[in-house]
Formats: sequence, structure tokens, C-alpha cells
Amino acid sequence: MSFILSHLNYIAVTALMMAGLFIVFSSGNLIKRMIGLAIFQTSTGLFYISLGKVSGGTAAIAVDAASPEGKALAAQVDPAYIAQYGVDGVVYSNPLPHVLILTAIVVGVATLAVGLAIAVRVREAFGTVEADEIEVLSRVESTQQGPQA
Amino acid sequence: MIALPPSFDANLAIDIGLLLMLLAIAGAIVRTRSLLAAIILFSIYSLVSAVWLVVMDAADVAFTEAVVGAGVSTIVLLGAILLTRGEAEKPDWRRLIAPALVCMLVGGLLVYAAMGLPALGDAASPANAYVGRAYLQQTPNDIGIPNVVTAVLSSYRGFDTLGETTVIFAAGVGVALMLGFGPRASLAPPPASVGDQHVVLRVAAKLLIPLIALYALYVQFHGDLGAGGGFQAGVIMAAAIILHALVFGLRETMAAVPPKVARSVAALGVLLFAGVGVVCLMNGGGFLDYDYLFAPSVEKQIPGWLLGDPDHAHHWGQHFGILTIEFGVLLTVSAVMVTIFYGFAGRTVDVARDEARR
Repeated sequence: MSFILSHLNYIAVTALMMAGLFIVFSSGNLIKRMIGLAIFQTSTGLFYISLGKVSGGTAAIAVDAASPEGKALAAQVDPAYIAQYGVDGVVYSNPLPHVLILTAIVVGVATLAVGLAIAVRVREAFGTVEADEIEVLSRVESTQQGPQA
Repeated sequence: MIALPPSFDANLAIDIGLLLMLLAIAGAIVRTRSLLAAIILFSIYSLVSAVWLVVMDAADVAFTEAVVGAGVSTIVLLGAILLTRGEAEKPDWRRLIAPALVCMLVGGLLVYAAMGLPALGDAASPANAYVGRAYLQQTPNDIGIPNVVTAVLSSYRGFDTLGETTVIFAAGVGVALMLGFGPRASLAPPPASVGDQHVVLRVAAKLLIPLIALYALYVQFHGDLGAGGGFQAGVIMAAAIILHALVFGLRETMAAVPPKVARSVAALGVLLFAGVGVVCLMNGGGFLDYDYLFAPSVEKQIPGWLLGDPDHAHHWGQHFGILTIEFGVLLTVSAVMVTIFYGFAGRTVDVARDEARR
């Protein structure tokens, strides 16, 4: 039970990732595919953040250990944890995954916009954003243009 | 009754609750055929994951996710369905078998691999024990700002962030090349009667827009001390401009913030960021090594009390370097978001005109 609880985040994040992947694979609609891709990307971020969590920790913004806030935060740290890892005072979560995912989220919305812009141009060219219809239309187009070229 | 392990606390309970909500929302997005519903659900998904990120101590990331995922992503997606219309077609169930099998296989393998990962919250895990801890320990000495995330983002890994800012700039250029910088035809003035119907909206927006812009600046300049920074502030600033466009019309906004200004500012931000790096190079340091931002002769003139603490005078270059590059990030992110919005919103006008012509 304890093992499952301590690895629950990874299982849940994997399920979210697969939900995103399933949307990308199964949906023919280009916009819905982009949403699936965004879910996939977000879940990767959640996985990174899970890895950076330190139990009893707080956000990686330095607190003066002598201040009342610092003392309150240090009191929250599990004594058994201090005995095991020898940390004293305020414990912070790992800031590195936070940095990576923070920038990845903003880059993600920019790339999402590029993908959607392509979808918009596809709709202008074919009148639809369904992958199956686009395939049929482009096949028809190529057979029509083939003999002329 | 199940015996809970001693490590089970309120945080873990909230964690599980939020993960269940995320799974339910993801399931609903898989099932729904309405694109509008999928987009709104995705917005909710982002908001819930932002709350979950706070539980995971990632305050800065939560901030970004709330602003970007629930705000700008939704606007861009709504712009895209306005331009493409329609519902997702119902796929034949036989065509879902193969994707479902692949996803189950991949998911199973990933879960199997995840069983070998360190437990959630393990401080001794390789990810947390080495480089992450080193950043936490050395930031007070090297950089001298309380927010370690900002310190790593803009100073230790400044080169990385320059690359990401450039990617955002490139994405803005890409969208602009595909969709244009705005409407191709000049926009007709809105009919006079429209304004009167939205008088409450207009008054509320007039009140909110300066406050949103001010808040963006607060987030920008408070990034060293607490959660925040150029990325979040840039998106909030763009939200103020987009709100203006939604309430007062694209024409008014394009008069206030012309597309030419937006795209120039986007380039200027990246230039400012890279320029700081070049100044550091010229003063004998590495690229983006802010300790060399000021020449030694200049740095001697700076009184220590300016930073509040005479001992921290040697962090002067770091403070100014971080403030400047974060400002560059703010400029690029906000201008790119506005350019992207102009691209999509401009097309909406064209599509409406094309369909009226047909």
C-alpha cells in the first residue's frame, strides 16, 4: 500500500500521458490532435515536477530560517526525515525541474499556436481539418493534376 | 479499513484528489466530440494542474500554467476553431482498437519502468541530491536573490533561457508567416449600436486593463523575490492587450498597439537578452556571466547600500543582469503572444468576409 501511494503520481501521470497519446492517434480532427498533444506535453511536465518534490519541503524561495515563517516551515519537516538525511531548518523542493518545465510551458503554447496556424491553413486549402477527408481530397487533386503535369 | 502509512498526510490526500480530477477531465476530453467542449475542458485541466503544481511546491510553474494553459492556450484554440469550425467526426470503433492497444502497451511499459523510480518526495534521489541541492546551497552566495527558480532560470542556465526565448520568437514569426500580421483588408468601423450593448463590459474592461498591466509589471519586478518573472509577466501583459481587443474590437487595439510595434518589440526582447550576454563578454567574463556586467571601474562606484545590504554589493551585476534579461523575456513573450493573437483574429475577419462573398 505504501509503495503504491509513493508511486501513485507516476502511474497517474502515465495515464494522463496515454490519454493524450490516444487522442493524437485516434482523432482525425487536427484541432483535437493538438489538444491531445498539449495534454501529452503537460503530463510530461507533471512527471518532472513529481520527481523534484521533496517531502516536507516548500517552494524554492529562500526563507530566513530565524524568522517566524522560517521556524514554522522548519517545524513542518518530519523529524524522522531530518534524522535520515541530516538536513536542519527549512527544506526546499528541487528547483531544477521547475525551471525546465516553466520555460517548456511557454514554449509549448507558442508551438501549439504554430500547429493551429498550420491547421487553419489546411482548412483554407481543403475546407476541412479532418485528416481522412484531407487524404481523400489530396489524392483526388493529385490524380486530376497528374496527366496535365 | 486500510491502514495508512505514516507518510500519508493532507498533502498526499489533496494530491490524489487532484490527480483523480485530472484523470476524469482527460477522460472527458477523450470522449467528447464537440471541439468547444474539448477546449473548455482543456482550460479546466490546466487550471486543476496549476493547483496540483502548488501542492508539489512548484509555485512558479503553477503561476505559468495558470496564465498560459488556462488563459492564452484557450484563446489560441478558440481562435483556431472559429477559423476551422465544425465538430470532430465520430471515428469508427474498429479504428480505435490499434491506438488503444499501442497506448496500453506503452503505458504498461512506462508504469513498469516507473516502479523503479525513487518514491515521491525522496530527498536522496539522484534528481534531488546533486545538482538541485547545489543550486539551492550556492544561490545565496553566487546570485544573492531569494527565488532560486529565477536564479537558475536567468543566471545559472541563462543560455538555456535565451534559447527558449528565441524559440518563442521563432514560433511567433512562424505564425505570422502562415496567418499574416493581422487582417489583410482594412477593418470596417464597428456599427455604432454595438458599443451600447456592451457598456458594462467596456466600463469593467477599462477599469481592469490598467490593473492587469500593472500586475504584470509587479510580477516582472517581483520575480527575484517571489514567484514570478518575465515569462509569466509577458503572458499577463499580453492578456491585457487581448482583453482590450475582445471588448473594444481588433481595430481599436491595432491602433493602440500596431502589429508593426508588436513584431519589433518581439525582436527587441531577444536582442536585449543576447546584448546583455555580449556586454558580459566584452568585460572579460563568459557569455551571460552577469558578474562581469559592469566593468570593475564602474562597479567600484556603486555604493553597497543600494542593495540594502553592504555585504551583497558584489551581487550588483547579477541583480541588474537578471532584471534586464527578464525584461527582454517580458518584451518577447508579450509581443509574440499579441502577434499570434493578431494572426488568428485577423484571419477571422477574412474568413467571415470570404464566407459572406460565397
